[in-house]
Amino acid sequence: MKQILDRLSPYFLAGPAVLVIGVACLYPTLMAVRLSFYKWSLGDPWSSAQWLGLSAFRQALTDPAVLHSLIVTVVFAAIVVSAEMVIGTALALLMERQVAGISLFRTIFIMPMMVAPIVVGMIWRYVFDTQFGPANALLTALGLPAQSWLANPSLAFLAVVVSDIWQWTPFVIIMVLAGLQNLDQSALEAAQIDGATPRQVILRVKLPMLMPVLVITALMRLIDAFRVLEVIFALTFGGPGSATEVLPLHIYKTAFVGQQLGYASAISVLLLVVVFALSLATLALSNPLKDPRQ
Amino acid sequence: MSDERPKAASLSHYAVLVALALVCLGPILLMAMTSLKVQADIFASPSFWFFAPTLQNYRAVLVEDSFGRFLGNSLIVASVSTVLTLVAGAMAAYAIVRFRFRGRAVVSWATLLLRSVPLAVLAVPVFGIWEQFGLLNSLWGLILLYTAVNLPFTIWVLYGFIAQIPHELEEAALIDGCGPLRVFFAVVLPLLRPGLAAAAIFTFRIAWNEFILALVLTNRATRTLPVAASLYITDVGIEWGKLMALGVLIALPPLVVTLVAARQIIAGLTAGAVKG
Repeated sequence: MKQILDRLSPYFLAGPAVLVIGVACLYPTLMAVRLSFYKWSLGDPWSSAQWLGLSAFRQALTDPAVLHSLIVTVVFAAIVVSAEMVIGTALALLMERQVAGISLFRTIFIMPMMVAPIVVGMIWRYVFDTQFGPANALLTALGLPAQSWLANPSLAFLAVVVSDIWQWTPFVIIMVLAGLQNLDQSALEAAQIDGATPRQVILRVKLPMLMPVLVITALMRLIDAFRVLEVIFALTFGGPGSATEVLPLHIYKTAFVGQQLGYASAISVLLLVVVFALSLATLALSNPLKDPRQ
Repeated sequence: MSDERPKAASLSHYAVLVALALVCLGPILLMAMTSLKVQADIFASPSFWFFAPTLQNYRAVLVEDSFGRFLGNSLIVASVSTVLTLVAGAMAAYAIVRFRFRGRAVVSWATLLLRSVPLAVLAVPVFGIWEQFGLLNSLWGLILLYTAVNLPFTIWVLYGFIAQIPHELEEAALIDGCGPLRVFFAVVLPLLRPGLAAAAIFTFRIAWNEFILALVLTNRATRTLPVAASLYITDVGIEWGKLMALGVLIALPPLVVTLVAARQIIAGLTAGAVKG
């Protein structure tokens, strides 16, 4: 009897988590896939939903609004992730050496990440406000003409990019610094004994050894960049027009402004495919739950 | 590393650190400064630095606009979901580390994959499902959702901490006649405190900061602070003082935690990716 109970204990232990994730995460995700086959509007009873089959996907893949949003998302993700990786890695290499007070600086660097995305959006909306914003105050002080930042498609896109770089470059710094601490010191010493210049040490020894950490960090940032919604919601709400309307925001608007829950789910499935592919790539490189005995 | 110009090098080193710190803190301080200004001072550029600080905006949002209630909602949702996530997450992580059971691989892969589901994707089906379950517009609906969304990362972080606990401790307890469940609660859980602290910070932060699900799933009575703040964002005539005061109220708890527990946060951020 006791043996049977002991053998059941992993199920008792994992049970509550599996149940909660199942009910509130897995089931809704599967529902999103199912909804994508139906025409269903907000406010209508589910029983009146109409079966469409795959035609919603055909519609989504040829819908100019969806394609535009997909391009905005991909361009946004490509720009912010490359900028954050380059700036973050460079700064981490610069500040690698242990100096007094480094822990205080590290504390300051993680602060942008801790601020709620909706608040980050609010802050940058204030910075780029045409009438009150410090961005225009600075331009005026320099003798340059003030801009209506968030009413100009390219400048609004720039504002969105700047807010993301501000919030997430420190993440890259923290990851690369942790990676640098774990480097095999003997290889670095060997390079120095062989007379490598500091520049050669960075380019030929440190960066190649850091590559696994860099790849994982870039993938984690890419996944997050494809999920960005809240900062843009507060900063531009996708505007002007649809210049900054990334896919998650387009999904939200389709569902809760346009009231097309079924169609929003079809677009969701497209986004899920991208995000899951990136996720699987990350997990294939480094599975944090790998069996320690394997 | 032998340094030929130690003084100049460390001076430029500090210059980089200070410049970066200013970039990180600048926008946050700007928000705090604006929250202490009356509308007239926000408008006039000469009073950018020099103005008479006032708590008027805070009084306006907390007392006149009764944001006390939304603050309460945020506190309840964030704390209850954090406790639930930690208990269920620690138990599941322990099961995955220490037991070979049927479905273990499925559970761990599904957990990791679901971590990346965009919340906008969840919002649509959850809106319909919660309506069916009668969970729409209730704090419990939000608590359940935040627990589910935070569990994967919590399991991920705690997995690393549990794997480091020497197995001999648990074996000794087992030989003394404790069952596996008792070993978990009496031996493992107390040793997990640093991991639990790291996981608690991340879970609380996500639940406290989350906006889009709360926007879709709450009403006038149950809305959380971020949702209430978003209602102040209008196309024209934003009251920046009040909006920034709300921003400070939302940002303050996570920032205070950062000051106290930066080390745990860094441990959580780098978990699984750097050492794995």
